[in-house]
Amino acid sequence: MTAINAKAASVRFENVSKVYGRSVRAVDNINLDVAAGTLVTLLGPSGCGKTTTLRMIAGLEMATSGRILIGDKDVTKLPATDRDVSMVFQSYALFPHMTVMENVSYGLKFSGFDKAETQEKAQAGLGLVGLKGYDDRLPSELSGGQQQRVAVARALVLEPQVLLFDEPLSNLDAKLRRQVREEIREIQQSLGLTVVYVTHDQEEALAVSDEIVVMRNAAIAQKGSPRDLYEAPADAFVADFIGEANLIPVEITALEGDTATVRIADYTHRLPSRGLALGPAMLAVRPSRMRLVAGTGDGVSAVIDKATYVGSRMEYTVTAAFGTVFAVLEDVVTPFRPGDAVTISFAASGPVLIPAGQTS
Amino acid sequence: MLIFWIVAGWVGYCLLPWYGVEKFWSLEWLLDGWPLDKDYAPAAVLVAMGQKLWLLPMALSLIAPLAVMGRRKSDPVFARVLIVAGAFGFGWLVAQGLGIGLRGFTAPWLEALFGPLEDRQFGMGYGAMITATAFLFLLTTGIAARGAVNGDVFVMSAIGGVIAVVTIFVFFPIAKMLMAAFVTDDGGYSLLVFFAKFFDARIWGLGCLSGGRCGVAWNSLFLAVLVGVLTTLLGLAFALVLTRSGFRYKRVLRALTVLPIITPPFVIGLAIILLLGLSGTVTTTVAEILGISPTRWVYGLPGVLIAQLLAFTPIAFLVLIGVVEGVSPSMEEAAQTLRASRWQTFRTVSLPLMRPGLANAFLLGFIESMADFGNPLVLGGNFDVLSTEIFFAIVGAQYDQSRAAILAVVLLGFTLGAFYLQRFWLGKKSYTTITGKGDAGVHPAMPRGLAIPVYAVVALWSTFTVVVYGMILYGSVVQLWGVDDTLTFKHYLTAFRVEWGEAGLRWTGSAWDSFWTTILIATLAAPLTAALGLITAYLLTRQNFAGKRAFEFGTMLSFAIPGTVIGVAYILAFNVPPIEITGTGLILVISFIFRNMPVGVRAGIASMSQLDKSLDESSLTLGANSWHTFRAVILPLLRPAILAALVYSFVRAMTAISAVIFLVSARYDMATSYIIGRVENNDYGLAIAYSTALIFVMLAAVGLLQLMVGRTRIGRRTSHAEGH
Repeated sequence: MTAINAKAASVRFENVSKVYGRSVRAVDNINLDVAAGTLVTLLGPSGCGKTTTLRMIAGLEMATSGRILIGDKDVTKLPATDRDVSMVFQSYALFPHMTVMENVSYGLKFSGFDKAETQEKAQAGLGLVGLKGYDDRLPSELSGGQQQRVAVARALVLEPQVLLFDEPLSNLDAKLRRQVREEIREIQQSLGLTVVYVTHDQEEALAVSDEIVVMRNAAIAQKGSPRDLYEAPADAFVADFIGEANLIPVEITALEGDTATVRIADYTHRLPSRGLALGPAMLAVRPSRMRLVAGTGDGVSAVIDKATYVGSRMEYTVTAAFGTVFAVLEDVVTPFRPGDAVTISFAASGPVLIPAGQTS
Repeated sequence: MLIFWIVAGWVGYCLLPWYGVEKFWSLEWLLDGWPLDKDYAPAAVLVAMGQKLWLLPMALSLIAPLAVMGRRKSDPVFARVLIVAGAFGFGWLVAQGLGIGLRGFTAPWLEALFGPLEDRQFGMGYGAMITATAFLFLLTTGIAARGAVNGDVFVMSAIGGVIAVVTIFVFFPIAKMLMAAFVTDDGGYSLLVFFAKFFDARIWGLGCLSGGRCGVAWNSLFLAVLVGVLTTLLGLAFALVLTRSGFRYKRVLRALTVLPIITPPFVIGLAIILLLGLSGTVTTTVAEILGISPTRWVYGLPGVLIAQLLAFTPIAFLVLIGVVEGVSPSMEEAAQTLRASRWQTFRTVSLPLMRPGLANAFLLGFIESMADFGNPLVLGGNFDVLSTEIFFAIVGAQYDQSRAAILAVVLLGFTLGAFYLQRFWLGKKSYTTITGKGDAGVHPAMPRGLAIPVYAVVALWSTFTVVVYGMILYGSVVQLWGVDDTLTFKHYLTAFRVEWGEAGLRWTGSAWDSFWTTILIATLAAPLTAALGLITAYLLTRQNFAGKRAFEFGTMLSFAIPGTVIGVAYILAFNVPPIEITGTGLILVISFIFRNMPVGVRAGIASMSQLDKSLDESSLTLGANSWHTFRAVILPLLRPAILAALVYSFVRAMTAISAVIFLVSARYDMATSYIIGRVENNDYGLAIAYSTALIFVMLAAVGLLQLMVGRTRIGRRTSHAEGH
């Protein structure tokens, strides 16, 4: 049986910019390397340029300047038709006047396969996404999740060098999302595909990616593995965008090698300096890395504003001298009440220092 | 509301003249013997005087509702009484109207049953109309009280009202016309005679295959298919240039394609004569160069075809532009990322997705060509078509109503056939491409192999249109086309002279009468058309009720009925009681309303389906009823649709000819039929001057309407939504 093979290739952006009209910079001078056989996510808020970047890989938008390489080949000026790339659209873009089979074999018709091969490959593609036997249905007769699989199969069967996903889960309901994203990841890993994946959902990005590229204002804010980005965000924007983070203004009072001593109100805490100099900085703390203790003690004294029971944990809004923070505690048996005086301290690992003066 | 309708019923029955009164609004009848004169008497007085006793039973239906006025809506007795009273009253009113006419009973079996009737009755008047309306709404109130459509009185009444008027003014006349097709010369009905007339060689003859002449049916069909196909192709070419090319003067092109819509259809025929006719500019020039004598080649199929193409291409364009724009760009982008070239993308994705638009455009071109009356009359020569044959059967020396009816049946058969073929061709496949959110992207440009011929066709056609309109303008200011080219305003003066005499301002121009009538009728018809269309659209998009599909089909049917057929059907149905309105302005207004209603419905549906239903629901939960919701929430958001319906019905009322030509009278002459009359007298200068004036009036009116209705102010996001 003919399987679907991968001809995975790398993608490389060299100083690529995209300018609309005279002055609207959608993508501003970015450099990007996607290694063959990996899944890279472009993550960012609306209008950050991630979809434009993806469309430039597909050849649906032409770069204004810079070079785009797929494998070793310069494709900067190549239109979509001539690039060995296929794409799963946000709206799936299934052809409503064609059956599932016709949709899946559409691209094969133009790729020089004979009838038998086309049929065989399309069947293999449908098998891969678990839609065998749906050949004669029309897209309008499928559920949203099934349509999405057809779109994936249609792109997969061409064995593209790069497979692109444009927010593939945004039209699915919450329960399906987890399942579908796991399937996408599984297919990508088992076939060894190069995938570039656009999303604005940080949890989705953390779950599927080998590498995440966070974009902001047409530029790359930070790139790295999911764990890097979550645990060592480069700045306040990334810290807040990937997972939630409390941003607490601090003062670096001493540096010893790689360790900094910071002061928050009259509490001091020691943690890696990450190359920051003495003076004001920000401390990014995940809500789950906050420690709350009743009464006064070693830490910053604060007052519970709100307490919310959400089943598996308690969520608190806490006000201290430096402002309001959000904390999550596992202890649901003896919760604090609003008005309780508490002391805030931080877990040994987790909180990181980031440069001051940046907000999202 | 219930009290209002009960009172209205009593007013109609006891106060207003039951039968039709001429010059009702002068109110002379009030002083002229009312209420005892039997021409002006209300039904109650007639019955009291012992006349027209068949009107008596309706009083029961007016008394019964009084008994339940105090009861609660949820009381089953309340609903039952209203339903029975309303249904009985309405049914009786209709039955007596149809059963008793100018010569007593209208059918032999009624006479056999009840014995001969010495009395007779005329067409119904305002009394009967208001009483009938009251009965109808008593019935719908009763049905709503039983819980139909969530017990919503407004919705139920709207459904009842729309069904009633569509039945009376679309189905009833068509049925009458079908009956007339079976009438023999001595007034009986015969299937044999029908078939004999139906298969007449003048209709179905195939002589042209062997050098002779073909029947009118084949002529019409051939012409209509040709016009349908060619207008669709031309419309597509324009739509492609506007959406899938980098052409810079798109606005100019758009204006050019809209111009023919506000042009009375046969005006283009006139311009064709001025250009290509025997003494036309082009004909004489070419003849001179080639040294041959000019011919009348343009009269016949070529002339009619060219004129109809010019007139109807814009309609095809307007249908297609929406569809061509509506194909989701991501479809085409997806095809490209799937390795299809631009040409392959166009052929396998773009074009198939435009199928509904292509089918609609073809259908419209086909129907318009079938119904077109002015151009074949002006340019047809010996090329007879159904619409003109019908006209001559009614107004000509032959005066043969049943022949007209039979020809109309053939015409109706063709258009309904095309309607069904279209549905069949589209099948059950879905062509809606915008699913869910996230359809950014741009349409790719046309493949080069396509772009070059498309550009060529559009350029050629645009030039031709400009020349034709130049001719129209020029033709209106020359003495006598082709003979005497001195410039003159003579024609405008003849038509629109205004004098300041002893009696003040005097409109002495020959066109004023028909001009003011046209303006009046168009102004009356436009808002009514828009209202009926939008209410129907509201019912179709926002409400669920049994028989909705049949309801939709019924309201869209008049769309597939050519104007010529409507004209004949109206004459046959409305020149005898119970509804006797031929020769009045009312019949013109009504014909326009029902001719143009489908456009209002379509425009309404298109914009209403874009308004989220949660808007209605939030208004309903805030305590407003569905009428308030319709008025305060839906209507303001529908301004574009209202404008479209108003403009379209106004313009159509001013330019239509096919139905109008049958319905005008000496007192109510319309501009278009007046112009046709001038053309038949070879008075081209005046005809063209008048038409030019009409074009400018319509431009002004469209501008004015746009100002009055205003623009909808809704903030809409332009880019696609992201985030939550």
